[in-house]
Amino acid sequence: MKLIFEKSKPGRRGSSLPKPSVPVVDRIPAHLRRNQPAELPELSEQEVIRHFINLSRKNMGVDTNFYPLGSCTMKYNPKFHERLAALPGFAELHPLLPQLRHGGQLTQGALAVVYEAQSILAELLGFAECTMQPLAGAHGELTGAMLIAAYHRSRGDAKRKIMLIPDAAHGTNPASAAVAGFRCEVVRSDADGNVDLEDLRAKLNDEVAGLMLTCPNTLGLFDPNVKTICELVHAAGALAYCDGANFNAIIGRLRPGDLGFDVMHVNLHKTFATPHGGGGPGSGPVGVAEKLVPFLPVSRVAKRADGTYSLEYTFPESIGYIAPFYGNFGVILKAYAYMLTLGREGFRRVSAHAVLNANYVRARLAGAYRQKYDRPCMHECVFSASGQAEKGVHALDIAKGLIDRGFHPPTMYFPLIVPEALMIEPTETESKETLDAFVDAMLELAELAETHPEKLHQAPVTTPVGRLDETAAARKPRLSEPVAEK
Amino acid sequence: MPYIANTLEDTTEMLRTVGCSSFEELWKLVGVELPPPPLNLPPGLSEYEVVCRLRRLASKNAVDLVNFLGAGYYDHLIPAAVSEITGRTEFYTAYTPYQPEASQGTLQAIYEYQTMICRLTAMPVANASLYDGGTALFEAMMLACRVTGKRRVVLSEAVSPIFRRMIRCYCCNLDIELLEVPAGPADSAIGKLLEAVTPETACVLVQYPNVFGTVEDWSAFTAAVHDRKALAVCSTYPIALALLTPPGEMGFDIVTGEGQSLGIPLSFGGPYLGFMAVTEKYLRKMPGRVVGRTVDGAGREGFVLTLQTREQHIRRENAMSNICSNENLCALSALAYLSCVGKQGLIDVARACAANAVFAREQLLAIDGVEAVGGEAFFNEFVIRLPLDAAEAVGRLIDKGYAAGFPLGRYYPERGNQLLVAVTEKRTREEIKGLANALEAVL
Repeated sequence: MKLIFEKSKPGRRGSSLPKPSVPVVDRIPAHLRRNQPAELPELSEQEVIRHFINLSRKNMGVDTNFYPLGSCTMKYNPKFHERLAALPGFAELHPLLPQLRHGGQLTQGALAVVYEAQSILAELLGFAECTMQPLAGAHGELTGAMLIAAYHRSRGDAKRKIMLIPDAAHGTNPASAAVAGFRCEVVRSDADGNVDLEDLRAKLNDEVAGLMLTCPNTLGLFDPNVKTICELVHAAGALAYCDGANFNAIIGRLRPGDLGFDVMHVNLHKTFATPHGGGGPGSGPVGVAEKLVPFLPVSRVAKRADGTYSLEYTFPESIGYIAPFYGNFGVILKAYAYMLTLGREGFRRVSAHAVLNANYVRARLAGAYRQKYDRPCMHECVFSASGQAEKGVHALDIAKGLIDRGFHPPTMYFPLIVPEALMIEPTETESKETLDAFVDAMLELAELAETHPEKLHQAPVTTPVGRLDETAAARKPRLSEPVAEK
Repeated sequence: MPYIANTLEDTTEMLRTVGCSSFEELWKLVGVELPPPPLNLPPGLSEYEVVCRLRRLASKNAVDLVNFLGAGYYDHLIPAAVSEITGRTEFYTAYTPYQPEASQGTLQAIYEYQTMICRLTAMPVANASLYDGGTALFEAMMLACRVTGKRRVVLSEAVSPIFRRMIRCYCCNLDIELLEVPAGPADSAIGKLLEAVTPETACVLVQYPNVFGTVEDWSAFTAAVHDRKALAVCSTYPIALALLTPPGEMGFDIVTGEGQSLGIPLSFGGPYLGFMAVTEKYLRKMPGRVVGRTVDGAGREGFVLTLQTREQHIRRENAMSNICSNENLCALSALAYLSCVGKQGLIDVARACAANAVFAREQLLAIDGVEAVGGEAFFNEFVIRLPLDAAEAVGRLIDKGYAAGFPLGRYYPERGNQLLVAVTEKRTREEIKGLANALEAVL
């Protein structure tokens, strides 16, 4: 499809402005005035709309296709949430308004949303308090790691510079720990896919600040030793961080605070049904146990005895300001609506059906694809296409074959410790019919790998483009469109 | 609950398939032995009940004030077409475009977004977005430290205090020496900034227009910074770039900014849009995702996420940044906005802002006791000095229906009487005169 720049024609307009009501002058000195206008396109409103609507049709989304992308929790995004976020009382609210009059009197409704959301979240996590400020999951990890650093610093424990990270972890864990000033050391997984306790014991010492553990882990497994792991970490004077990317598997059923974790982030754009937006905006609130409360970022939203809400800034041990304001408020608002809709029982049903759906898919696919760790899973199941790879059909080929059959592929080649990994997360919102259709497609692909492996090397053939040359893209990057010669 | 499709019959059959007769058995099977925790939460509500509750909360926010509040976050017009585009569920219910064949819509849109950021800033390369203007400036600083191998950073106090306090927060674990250089009355004190740059300096962070609204010529400055083997970084306001010499033409190495003004609602602080553009030299050191153009086996043009070896999922603790989710949908808003207003429309928006600001400043300065702070070169925001504490004056003006501006004393204690006033294309002659009358009445 043509780029929007190629559809431009001089003189076309796609928006209107009020007629000027004051003299059209400015105070920009001549030498600071732009010589050439920025080469933005010129289109009518209809042409703009048609361009983007047609572009949107080249995407798969949760609303168009089953999207079992492991560890991403592609559940349904309720539609009325979008309308709530667009209410003028929220959408037009300037973030500096609370600072214009003491005590946040001008934004009581918005502060109530943040406070109530953080309270419900703290209850679900089993933690003392939450901050809603982190702007994405990785930003939550960074915040959590900074809290751990602040905790040790406050105790004068300056040599704790190591963050332990299991080999199955998301790449964001080590990357976030590094931005918080830590050096990372890897803890191995054992033969069952759990943390290798011997390796953990060997690596814990008085230089370790903490352990970042995904729970349930990135293999979709619940590590039965979680409590022991937290105890070992604490005994070494370190703190236990829970990566809550997979919180959907246990919400309402287990509270990470009860398991012994000290700090945790969750992804509102996963467990709490806010849209992924094609890669963001997300929101990564962080919950903490009592001992980390003093270090939480500012500002903090509090509730006064009279039922009104306030912003509080005076916390001398706080790590400071990690975000410009109060977090991705528009996202928090949608998650709050979801929390209100679900209520106590709803959360429990979410995790139960998420786990059921994943185990159902696992049971139905077990004969056709290998499993490195053959045990019941939580909210996602990880298969290996290593059997198919022996016939020349790789995880990538299976994924592309699924696209031709109308399914978004699972996560491929992650976790790194499973060769040819295909990580399937159905979520609780999908029906049995959809799961059956997906499983049938996976079985057909496994069959094809046996009989006609070459057929899968061309997939996908039903999409606007086939497999793209990623090597060329990286070798000679074309990252923006040159201005066309007049 | 409307979001679970499994019927009782489905559930029973599926439980049987996995070898269980109840959910409790399933939980035991997967290794969860603890009893369910008591949850102190209310029962669930219907859609209508949730809507009613949130409408009630929305009505408790003061959005009916006439808005002259800016400080980096502006009340601009947003064409309805923008939310029609971002409201397409094929865009907003998709994930990061890891499967390019099934994500050409998102990928082409981001390529077009990157192109527009490049053209606005006059820089050759832009990434696919960062969280917000503050984190973007921090990431720029980290990029500069990486490529120079130096750890000393000079930061102008005429950079948004909201961004500065974020940078201070992130630096506390990073062995970076941060030197903040005091601003002039409404200028960045460029001479003093330059004096602070030593051979150990990795970069200088400035803002254009600066936090007081002043536009300054940075051309000679960036050349001098380069002479000292440091990088020049600026945070900018994209609407202003319709009229101002773009930062790329002033010699900056990295240009970042808050993109909220490009079709993204104020929404009480987020989600917003951090943008970043760099010179060719630094593209492989840039943080965040980037989309590139390439071809498929049949020679058809398409788009992919590229240069991924910079990123956390491959490079782990040695990645250029820890960012994973960015602000993709907000980047789409910016693209849709820039497409709708177009080449001339953006200039018209900027001219209207600038003209309203000139008129507002004249009206306000005509009031007895109100004085100008700083020079005459500004875009749409400026500082005035009041004969009383600005926070006190703003409080009185709220009762008259105006959010009159931002009192600078909160971040600059010595500027207690100074008010930062922002004027966008939305404000009318009557509203501006109304503000001046109201201010005169409360002095």
